[in-house]
Amino acid sequence: MAVTSPSETSTQPRRTRMGGVRRAFAPVSEARGMTRTMLWLGAGITLAFALIALLAPVISPYDFDTFEANGKRFPQLAAPSREHLMGTNVQSTDVLSRVIWGTQTELKVVIISLIISIGVGVPLGLFSGYFGGKLDRVLVLIMDALLVFPFLLLAIVIAFLLADKVGQGIFTAAIAITVVYIPLYFRVVRNHTISIREEPFVEAARALGARPLTIIRKYVFFNVVQNVPPLATLNAADAILTLAALGFLGYGIQPTEGAEWGYDVNRAVSDASTGIWWTGLFPGLAIVLLVVGLTLLGEGLSETINPVLRKRPVAPVDLEASHPLKVEDE
Amino acid sequence: MIAAPVVSVRDLRVYYGTLSGTVRAVDSVSLEIGAGEVLGLVGESGCGKSTLGRGILGLLPEGAASDGEVLFGDRNLVGMSDRELRKFRGPDLGLIFQEPMTRLNPLMRIEQHFAETLKQHEPGLKDKEIRRRSLETLGKMGIPPTRFNQYPHEFSGGMRQRIMIALALVLRPKLLIADEPTTSLDVIVEAQILSILADLRRNFGTALLLITHNLGIVAEACDRVAVMYAGQIVEEGNARDVFGEPAHPYTRELLRSTISLDTTELHSIPGAPPNLIEPPTGCRFHPRCPDAMQVCPARFPPEEVLEGRRRVSCWLHTPDERAGPIDRHPLEREELALAEEA
Amino acid sequence: MEVAEPAADDVLVAIRNLKTYYGLRGSFRQRLIGQEAGSVRAVDDVTLDIRRGEVLGLVGESGSGKTTLGRTLLGLVPATEGSVRFEGEEITGMSERELRRLRRRMQIVFQDPHASLNPAMTIEQSVGHPLEIHGVAKGVSRRRRVAEALETVGLAPAEQFIDKYPSDLSGGQKQRAVIARAIILNPVLLVADEPVSMLDMSVRAKILQLMLNLKHEFGFTYLYITHDLATAKFFCDRIAILYLGRIVEMGPSKAIYEDPKHPYTKALLRAIPEPDPRRSVPRDLPRGEVPDAARPPLGCSFHPRCPVAFEVCGWESRDLRDLLEARWAGMPEEAYEAEQAVLGDLTRLDVSSTSFRLETSAGRSSSDIATLLERIREDDPEEPFWRGVREIRVSDGQVEVELNEPYAPRLLPMSAVQVECNLYDEEALARVEAPTIPGR
Repeated sequence: MAVTSPSETSTQPRRTRMGGVRRAFAPVSEARGMTRTMLWLGAGITLAFALIALLAPVISPYDFDTFEANGKRFPQLAAPSREHLMGTNVQSTDVLSRVIWGTQTELKVVIISLIISIGVGVPLGLFSGYFGGKLDRVLVLIMDALLVFPFLLLAIVIAFLLADKVGQGIFTAAIAITVVYIPLYFRVVRNHTISIREEPFVEAARALGARPLTIIRKYVFFNVVQNVPPLATLNAADAILTLAALGFLGYGIQPTEGAEWGYDVNRAVSDASTGIWWTGLFPGLAIVLLVVGLTLLGEGLSETINPVLRKRPVAPVDLEASHPLKVEDE
Repeated sequence: MIAAPVVSVRDLRVYYGTLSGTVRAVDSVSLEIGAGEVLGLVGESGCGKSTLGRGILGLLPEGAASDGEVLFGDRNLVGMSDRELRKFRGPDLGLIFQEPMTRLNPLMRIEQHFAETLKQHEPGLKDKEIRRRSLETLGKMGIPPTRFNQYPHEFSGGMRQRIMIALALVLRPKLLIADEPTTSLDVIVEAQILSILADLRRNFGTALLLITHNLGIVAEACDRVAVMYAGQIVEEGNARDVFGEPAHPYTRELLRSTISLDTTELHSIPGAPPNLIEPPTGCRFHPRCPDAMQVCPARFPPEEVLEGRRRVSCWLHTPDERAGPIDRHPLEREELALAEEA
Repeated sequence: MEVAEPAADDVLVAIRNLKTYYGLRGSFRQRLIGQEAGSVRAVDDVTLDIRRGEVLGLVGESGSGKTTLGRTLLGLVPATEGSVRFEGEEITGMSERELRRLRRRMQIVFQDPHASLNPAMTIEQSVGHPLEIHGVAKGVSRRRRVAEALETVGLAPAEQFIDKYPSDLSGGQKQRAVIARAIILNPVLLVADEPVSMLDMSVRAKILQLMLNLKHEFGFTYLYITHDLATAKFFCDRIAILYLGRIVEMGPSKAIYEDPKHPYTKALLRAIPEPDPRRSVPRDLPRGEVPDAARPPLGCSFHPRCPVAFEVCGWESRDLRDLLEARWAGMPEEAYEAEQAVLGDLTRLDVSSTSFRLETSAGRSSSDIATLLERIREDDPEEPFWRGVREIRVSDGQVEVELNEPYAPRLLPMSAVQVECNLYDEEALARVEAPTIPGR
């Protein structure tokens, strides 16, 4: 009987190790119609902001707190002009620069927050869902309690408490946001784990003698992980808003630590009554755009991976060309 | 063929498009069902029998196109708008499915199900009449009136299927299409349901198209049988004749591979059913047919009508006068790659 | 048990008085109060042996407990009571860790080929996973053993399947892969739970043939769980027929099919659809369906459906309710309503009791009730329920009905088989002076 030679064998398995992940996200390439539009539009916007954040030092004309250049102080509250494309604010800093650097701040905080939330919420959800019992009951109680609190309120409280101890930096803001979102991942992953746990192939794994950790790792995780990206993107969108709100209320990033859109909008409120629109509009627009981009991406992913109506991708049918009895060949 | 068929299907084709190509689920099917007759449509999974059953009612899958004729009375159902078709579905054409629990609304009592169905199709009926007719139909199915106001989950699987059948029959349709009605039921309950279905003509005068993969229930409950393979009907005729002396090799092999209480040896058909996107050329069974001849992959066999109103599409039964010069030498082919085994 | 015990090394698995009960989640109120909601006796006192090298069939419909029995045997479901000895070792009560060691020697093939393979793992990863779990082989040698196993089950050439995902394979191919995974560690016992019921007819034969070949080549012992008596007859050496958690008949395959004793076995055999057009749908089938396992009938579980049940088979008030419902199902509405008015509210009959009363009220006297009961009896004198009625006492405010004491049947040897049926139990028959048994 033919058996693969050792050299052939060694190359094969490596290629397929990532295959599991790839297959979990295969539906993305099959997306059609409005879902596809949402996906690509959302991804585009998000990517654009990500690039801006990455290239901030390069593309930003000034630093976020620069108020003078070449010895000359910038005009205060100057309207948009060639030197200051988005104008300047009351502290004579360039609005455009603050928007660009603000992007970096926002994304930094959100990414740290996501990493922590997912890193805590997903494993907890997996274990709680798989093992059940007392651990599950306790965790569900805690997580449900957290979910009951309005996000913003909780974030404010945590930011307030941590401000004394850790200072008002990026990390504090990230933690404030994180705690609030852990229950979301926990709940989604736990529920999906519970349904996967009952599937025959998991029972088969038990029958083979696999240890619970192995089962969770190999059998449950890959089938559950597809829930995470849509949740993460929508989570990120919400986090941006929360962070901006924190900043607006004064509990966010300290102005000396970095630029933050919410803080800027807060400062711009008093400007508005005097007809100065550029200090508030541009940071505000940035918030809106990034949130919309992330939301589109998240909804697009959500539709693709867990569609409301599971539709098979359809292609056009040609009845004319193919009647079997008419295709008589000799 | 039949004097006054309830439904007459002529050259029906149902195709639907997928990313890999056009699936020819039903590829030129013709059949007739007489009043009060039980026709069994039998075939393995993927042969298109479910699509055919639904296609007759105009219930096509997403993105499907159909062509041909489904004559009901003097109307052709193919190409009718959904709105017009809805007038037929229910009062004239009924459909019952495999999983009755998923088709009954768990939040509605049984009497509400019946009330809704009757009110929709016969709006003039008074409540008292609705109740009388519902209880009468349910009674014929063995469902007691004391349970008329219970919810679906309070009934067992077999009883739910009887309720489904009653719901379809309360409108007195001329034709009932049953798609694998007993597949999910236990064997004794299955026999009970089958005897109900076999008695339909006596109790209701309804014709029945029974779609299944189980040859046994077709043999016991049906007057006539049509055997389907790869989207086409390969043989059709009297159940007794077809099972007693199968004409088409596929029918014969299928019967041989069916395991019954008399089985002493296992038989199977080599290979696997073809995919419907690119079916084999000529006769679609030729790659697996033990009697294949040279002509079989080359040309599609015409339909022959044998005695006893039997139809079969197979070169073996086409006499020379009709066929013309064809090569009847046995077909040589490489051993079917083991990998194609199911 | 009066069956001769086979030689000790002949028996691979010895099951004695096994019970597996599931607790029920009660209603919200019950849970709040802490009230017991009852239990489902999925496996209710089963005793049997699986001999080395044989194919034992567990045949039953839904609710028979056959699936639970298979899983209890493998330790996937904890036993409530009783003993299961595998190769002499007691399995019940073992921890997961201890069981893991035994998992190399007993494996299972599930029913649904589309759901038993992890969709996120390739065939190599799935079929090779047992090797990894038990530390037998890794990397290149694992791949080689997987390829061998695939070829053994007919998925050849192995390269064509080894890196595919389950969704790329057909039903029959998947089932072969599942079998490959089950045999790769060379187990001693294979539990096959409906291995072919979800496959097409022409594919079933192939998989069954494969299992037979494997048995001849490797000497596996099979526990074949199914509802399909036809494949069981072909495949099994011995068969045990299960109904509601108990064995009702057990013995060599040939004996069961040629001379079935239990009324349920006879009914099952009659009900199997045969592709023989000379047969028509059987008419004399037992009525009703398998009862709710949470509230099994008294005495013999099959008695409500049995055409030849007699005096002591376990009659109860619920049987009268079933009788009435069946009677009323065919009646015109006025007649049914008139009768129901006489008998009153039937929900009090919904208990398992051997004596009950029907009370009078305005518009119906006790003689009305008695007359109606008499008329119902006359309409169908063959109805077995009436054999269970010991006495009907008519008094002023009520009619009391007393039924015979139930006698629970025992599994007893009867020529080549064992049967659990009062018809074959001398003690049961002795309790009735003149038992109404057709043919006696």
